[in-house]
Amino acid sequence: MRYHTPSTFEDAAQLAAGAQGLTRFLAGGTDVLVQMRAGSVLPDDLIDIKKIPGVSDITKTDDGGWRIGVAVPGHKLGADAALRADWPGVVEGMELVGSTQIQGRATLAGNLCNGSPAADGVPGLVAAGATVEITGPDGTRTAKVEDVPTGPFKTSLAQGEVISAILLPPRGPNGGDAYLRFIPRTEMDIAVVGCAVSLTLDGDTISDARVALGAVAPVIALAPDAAKAIVGTTLDDAALDALARAASAACKPIDDKRGTVEFRTEVAGVLAKRAAKIAYARAKGA
Amino acid sequence: MSKMHVTTTVNGDTVEFLADPRETLLDSLRDQLGLTGTKEGCGTGDCGACSVRLDGTLVCSCLVLGVEADGKRIDTIEGMSEDGALHPLQRKFIEHAALQCGFCTPGILIAAKALLEENSNPTEEEVRYWLAGNLCRCTGYDKIIRAVMDAAAELRQEAA
Repeated sequence: MRYHTPSTFEDAAQLAAGAQGLTRFLAGGTDVLVQMRAGSVLPDDLIDIKKIPGVSDITKTDDGGWRIGVAVPGHKLGADAALRADWPGVVEGMELVGSTQIQGRATLAGNLCNGSPAADGVPGLVAAGATVEITGPDGTRTAKVEDVPTGPFKTSLAQGEVISAILLPPRGPNGGDAYLRFIPRTEMDIAVVGCAVSLTLDGDTISDARVALGAVAPVIALAPDAAKAIVGTTLDDAALDALARAASAACKPIDDKRGTVEFRTEVAGVLAKRAAKIAYARAKGA
Repeated sequence: MSKMHVTTTVNGDTVEFLADPRETLLDSLRDQLGLTGTKEGCGTGDCGACSVRLDGTLVCSCLVLGVEADGKRIDTIEGMSEDGALHPLQRKFIEHAALQCGFCTPGILIAAKALLEENSNPTEEEVRYWLAGNLCRCTGYDKIIRAVMDAAAELRQEAA
């Protein structure tokens, strides 16, 4: 295995594009090193992107959004009070990934590129309308976060393409988001169901909303009907019930040791209601 | 497979070694530098036995490559006592019998020290959450938690 430490994303992309064998990009390494140890992924070229300037920075952009470097670990995300104030649902999702030790290394970009349908860091990004900047051998492009995973542990990134930043839109006034997951214990587990809700208020009425579901389909995805169920409402009981029904209807889960189809479908509705209430309260300034 | 030259600071001392790029920091510490206090439990980041500090951040050394340590500062259990005097956490672990087989202990001590530097007065719940990534199959955790809480209390009095 060759270990590379390029100093620009362009160099990283060129290295990957020209590689003959198996290539992996290395940020936090909390998935890649486990796969290497298990022997399931044995890269010929490992491209460490942590030496590229800016990858460990969280910066507010001129339009009021955020640019999150691809090597920013969970604990650093959690320590940024201004980011948490804007996008608490994004931050709390990432903070649910693994232990304190894992939080010291694991990154949002890695969580996304690993492609797990149960990734806790991703639904919050999808609900927030986040995009990724992708650098490839022919230049850069941007893509919606929900367009990156294409199936369990598969992504739409072509050979030579690497995510070079995560971009969050401006939160704007009267907005709030939240992420909740179900696990059978309190810590250190993989989501059986995850749900993120982001919404904006006009007075007491929800003027815009996005709902994302995790671990209930081959990819983490938006549930547009669930969002429609609460837009134009004040999140009254009827709207919450409609939200829960729409979230459950959007589920296409599998049965496995962590949960049945029936259980996941039911819990998706429950979590959607609870996450929407938290997001609503946050939008109100709670 | 060509090895790479790594220069790093371990417990305050500059050290150099040649690492196969596939080698984990855990293996570099144990096999190249002879620092066997850091233990390998699972090797997949689940158990915390290999916990060290990397530029001050608590990490699993099994999930860091040796070559990634180049230019960094590493702190291991071997650097915890000062001039032969045990760190209060180490003393309290003995007083409270917070270990049986001891295999998880170095990782837990390193993790607990990182917690107390960040939060000198943690609640029991905060200690339990912080140490959720350090598995112990002997003690049932209660004595570990009591030892950490007691060490925190002692350290606060000393600071006051």
